[in-house]
Amino acid sequence: MKILVAVKRVIDYNVQIRVKEDGTGVVTDNVKMSTNPPDDNAIEEAVKIKEAGKATEVVAVTVGEEKAQETVRKALAVGADRGIHVKVDGILEPLAVSKILQKIVDKEKPDLVFMGKQAIDDDCNQTGQMLSALLNWPQATFASKIDVKENKLEVTREIDEGLETIEINVPAIVTCDLRLNEPRYASLPNIMKAKKKPIEEIAASDLGVDVSPRLEQLKVEEPPKRKAGIKVANVAELVQKLKNEAKVI
Amino acid sequence: MAVLLIAEHNNKELRPFTLNAATAASQIDTDVHAVIIGQNSADAAKQLSELPVVKKVLSVEGAHYENFTAENFAPVVVKLAENYSHIICSANTFGKNLMPRIAAHLDTSQVSDIIKVISPDTFLRPIYAGNAFATIKSNDAKKCVTIRPTSFDPCESTGGSAPIEKVDASEEFSNTKFIKREEIKSDRPELGTARIVVSGGRGMQSGDNFKLITEIADKLGAAIGASRAAVDAGYISNDHQVGQTGKVVVPDLYIAVGISGAIQHLAGMKESKVIVAINKDGEAPIFSVADYGLEADLFEALPQFMEELNKLNTIQK
Repeated sequence: MKILVAVKRVIDYNVQIRVKEDGTGVVTDNVKMSTNPPDDNAIEEAVKIKEAGKATEVVAVTVGEEKAQETVRKALAVGADRGIHVKVDGILEPLAVSKILQKIVDKEKPDLVFMGKQAIDDDCNQTGQMLSALLNWPQATFASKIDVKENKLEVTREIDEGLETIEINVPAIVTCDLRLNEPRYASLPNIMKAKKKPIEEIAASDLGVDVSPRLEQLKVEEPPKRKAGIKVANVAELVQKLKNEAKVI
Repeated sequence: MAVLLIAEHNNKELRPFTLNAATAASQIDTDVHAVIIGQNSADAAKQLSELPVVKKVLSVEGAHYENFTAENFAPVVVKLAENYSHIICSANTFGKNLMPRIAAHLDTSQVSDIIKVISPDTFLRPIYAGNAFATIKSNDAKKCVTIRPTSFDPCESTGGSAPIEKVDASEEFSNTKFIKREEIKSDRPELGTARIVVSGGRGMQSGDNFKLITEIADKLGAAIGASRAAVDAGYISNDHQVGQTGKVVVPDLYIAVGISGAIQHLAGMKESKVIVAINKDGEAPIFSVADYGLEADLFEALPQFMEELNKLNTIQK
């Protein structure tokens, strides 16, 4: 079985976001970038399945500018076998990314495609479901547990009401939740080894996909700020304030 | 052209956020039709027809719709879409799972998780865990929009009498099979709609210690929330998680106990009307969004809090 894992480069989750003064977006210059956190879980799960002898190859793919390749290199350092970098500049909407990934799936013919359930920059939560629709494959979103069986997966999904378990036939798409596993760190020898693993570069323009944006981002602004609160001295004062000042209890 | 709302339900009754989504739909266009896809869901369809903002109900029944599988739902909506300018649904796990599948089939770039309708083609939505707001204009002919339910008031639930029209079922998608759903049943209010939420974080130190939170929640008629750290540590189940990838809550009162206040947690609760933080670390970021901060050991503060509540003559519920 072959697993394709899609990874995205985003502003690191620990960075305090700053909105540009001209309202065109957020500041990304000289800001720490990392792999989208749940994409790390997707890579980890694919590598674990391979280590358990249930997959033969793990291929990491990213779509984006020159530097996006760092995320593929990182995936190679934690166990992916080879990489693909689809090069394209500018803002890409999830619909465009899923169309590009569809072309990569046509070429690579994986049995499974994994990715994070949501990117923490645009918070769209769309790409996996869209790819699954374009391929007419089953989808298991928000996965917190995956059991690989013969030609199918049993997946536990985190839903608002609790947990749901579904069975999907291969080929299939799985979008991964942060609770799926604990991503490993790359060891120095593995980082060195990863430098020798191949990354195929493909120009998005060669794939024959229309990636032009359908949405216009008219403005990006800071959310309204909360006014500063107060510290209370003890529990009695807290309860008194909630009762008589805020009037919420 | 009218707007199509996808109803969320459990085959017996509507799920509460359908009412919030109906409000958002009616702000886009007053001609709102609603589709309900399910199995033996006639009672829920009737409830839908009683929402005054809904002008027509489309009901689709089939055994393969019993468990809300997106692969079965999407073709139904795609088929209906030609008569509508917008497809609307809540941005909870139901809508997040379903809407992109519909959007891709319609070759539409979805607008996710909007918090405001600016005009029928322009919407406000949070990005970067709510640390920025983006104004987005959709240039697609057909628009697929998911709405953040807590940013819209629920619509009136009675007084309407929209006609209910039966629509043929689509074929079953055979590569996905539902196995089971483990719902955590509770007599407490739902986290997403509760007036008061009491949440615990890693500072609770164990699942057993959450009983300190449970007691207070019961006294206040509150729902129980948790930070991702507390859920990851196994103190409490995932359906309690508040944050960027959990639930977004906007209660009148949010009490954060032993929660440091990571960006990802603040994303899920910082729009609450009144925020209380109880934490022994005076520098914890949670204090920057708290209206009332108490720097204290929660294991001393929570029993005292309970005692003080017991002294009150009346508690609003």
